[in-house]
Amino acid sequence: MEKVLTRNIEPGKTPTDMAAYEANGGYQGLRKAMSGMSPQDCREVVSASNLRGRGGAGFPTGMKWSFVPMDDKCTPGHKYLVCNADEMEPGAFKDRLLMEYDPHQLIEGMILSAYCIGADISYIFIRGEYIVAIERLRKALEECYAKGYLGENILGSGYKLEMYVHPSAGRYICGEETALINALEGKRANPRAKPPFPQVSGLWGRPTIVNNVETLCNIPHIIDRGAEWFKSLGVGEDAGTKLFGVSGRVKNPGCWELPMGTPIREILENHAGGMQDGLQLKGFLPGGGSTDFLTKDHLDLAMDYNVIGKAGSRMGTGTMIILDDQTCPVGMVLNLIRFFAHESCGFCTPCRDGLPWTRQVLEDIEQGRGKVEDLDTLEYQVNYIGAIGNTHCALAPGAMEPLQSALKYFREDFERHISGGCCPYHSGKGA
Amino acid sequence: MSNAKMIQSDVSSVLTLKEMAEIDHELEHIPYKAGAAIDALKIIQAGRGWVSDECLQAIAKYLGMSSEELEGVATFYNLIYRRPVGEKVILFCDSVSCWISGCDSVKQTLSDTLGVDYGETTKDNRYTLLPVPCLGACDRAPVMMVGDDLVTHLDDNKINELFSASKTGDQS
Repeated sequence: MEKVLTRNIEPGKTPTDMAAYEANGGYQGLRKAMSGMSPQDCREVVSASNLRGRGGAGFPTGMKWSFVPMDDKCTPGHKYLVCNADEMEPGAFKDRLLMEYDPHQLIEGMILSAYCIGADISYIFIRGEYIVAIERLRKALEECYAKGYLGENILGSGYKLEMYVHPSAGRYICGEETALINALEGKRANPRAKPPFPQVSGLWGRPTIVNNVETLCNIPHIIDRGAEWFKSLGVGEDAGTKLFGVSGRVKNPGCWELPMGTPIREILENHAGGMQDGLQLKGFLPGGGSTDFLTKDHLDLAMDYNVIGKAGSRMGTGTMIILDDQTCPVGMVLNLIRFFAHESCGFCTPCRDGLPWTRQVLEDIEQGRGKVEDLDTLEYQVNYIGAIGNTHCALAPGAMEPLQSALKYFREDFERHISGGCCPYHSGKGA
Repeated sequence: MSNAKMIQSDVSSVLTLKEMAEIDHELEHIPYKAGAAIDALKIIQAGRGWVSDECLQAIAKYLGMSSEELEGVATFYNLIYRRPVGEKVILFCDSVSCWISGCDSVKQTLSDTLGVDYGETTKDNRYTLLPVPCLGACDRAPVMMVGDDLVTHLDDNKINELFSASKTGDQS
């Protein structure tokens, strides 16, 4: 398969600088756009490519951009493009790779995307712990300004764009785009009510697009090589390639660029090398910590947004977390719920109070104090907190996804904890 | 003295000229002052390790916001420290992939070696131990950060290697 996003990337090797990036076709998409494509031409190519957001929601990128008021429909003032590089989903480790090893690819994607929506200021909102990525992106930005790829009159086109690296002060909820915008404005990162959507009223009340790192990294290739080429990369329903990751107790955990629609079994067995010796696959979260469990019955499904959706989960970030048969599913869900309870912004009651309550019930079960009626409580919480519309944003419903599917697939494990009065997997890892 | 000058003199007895210059630099591309709240907190913390009450009040004045509002911002974020920390902060990942890979027992070894639990600083003031959400290096789990450095594939031996000096040093 042709490598697109990772063609310059080999972990352990030197990350690409300007010279290396350009030597391998870098900034060709930018040159092409600046020397004869209008923003509308570029947007049309991206829309036709069927690129869908790689941050987790899978929303079509071209459609997201189409809500930004253009030219005569927009009052004078700034427009913003923000790269969501706040990778904090438990089990997600793909954007780090793209930023650390090929920072110019992201920057080129951002310049082109900003051009598409007519933005004149752009931010890379990156988690503060990504020290190496921050350093390399800053260096790459300097190289871009020096070459005239950023700043006034980019490549003589008359187009102007400023770009800043903005390290976050750290909070999972900043990954939610309106929370991210509040964080950029120096506020607590509580998500905003929608509408108005950020495309119309985002950063400082101006039109703003927030896109994920991997989404933006696709743009230079789509502009350079066209929509049809991009669509031909997928082997299933969806277009392009995707970074798929596997973590947990497999032989070869890692992250690989593969065609969209690659079957789960191929990722797990051929790339991750299967389970470590002596362990069996019990289940997996296909797209990070806020997606529903799937089981070995789902191994032949294609990693496509709609296919995984129909199976009752979400493709999310495409980074899978593997549950083996010797790790406690209750303990795993408890770990996730602890995370979400800690990272709740505290704005709405079902999330602020409901998640700690859920955590307490799970702790009781894991530590052998559970009662049969606790399972009803968990079901109630899944139905109430998990329903979109009962909470201010998607954090708490996301938190409920692994729990509701664990109750479905691993109910026996919950019951054994309660009837036995202890964790049957007890291996020092529990509680 | 005018009110503005009084505020200015209050502030400049706490914040350094360099710190104020750095905050001003951030303000150049921010439409209103309070918008630089997080940047200002980070600037102060970068030089001093943490944000004291005194500094928080000075920043609030400098940015024309109430200290209560700024405190609400400061305490929201995991990486703004409102209590003193050691020379290096250890951010220990306790999220799901690291947990599956046995981070709880590594954490126990780390705590035993350094003599601290989450939220505590070693007696020699070298390390503060904090939990952190998923560090995005799940293929190399368990992981942690020690200062600016990511340390991967953690196990008891690695902890012993890294911190044996602390263990045998002047800690009691």
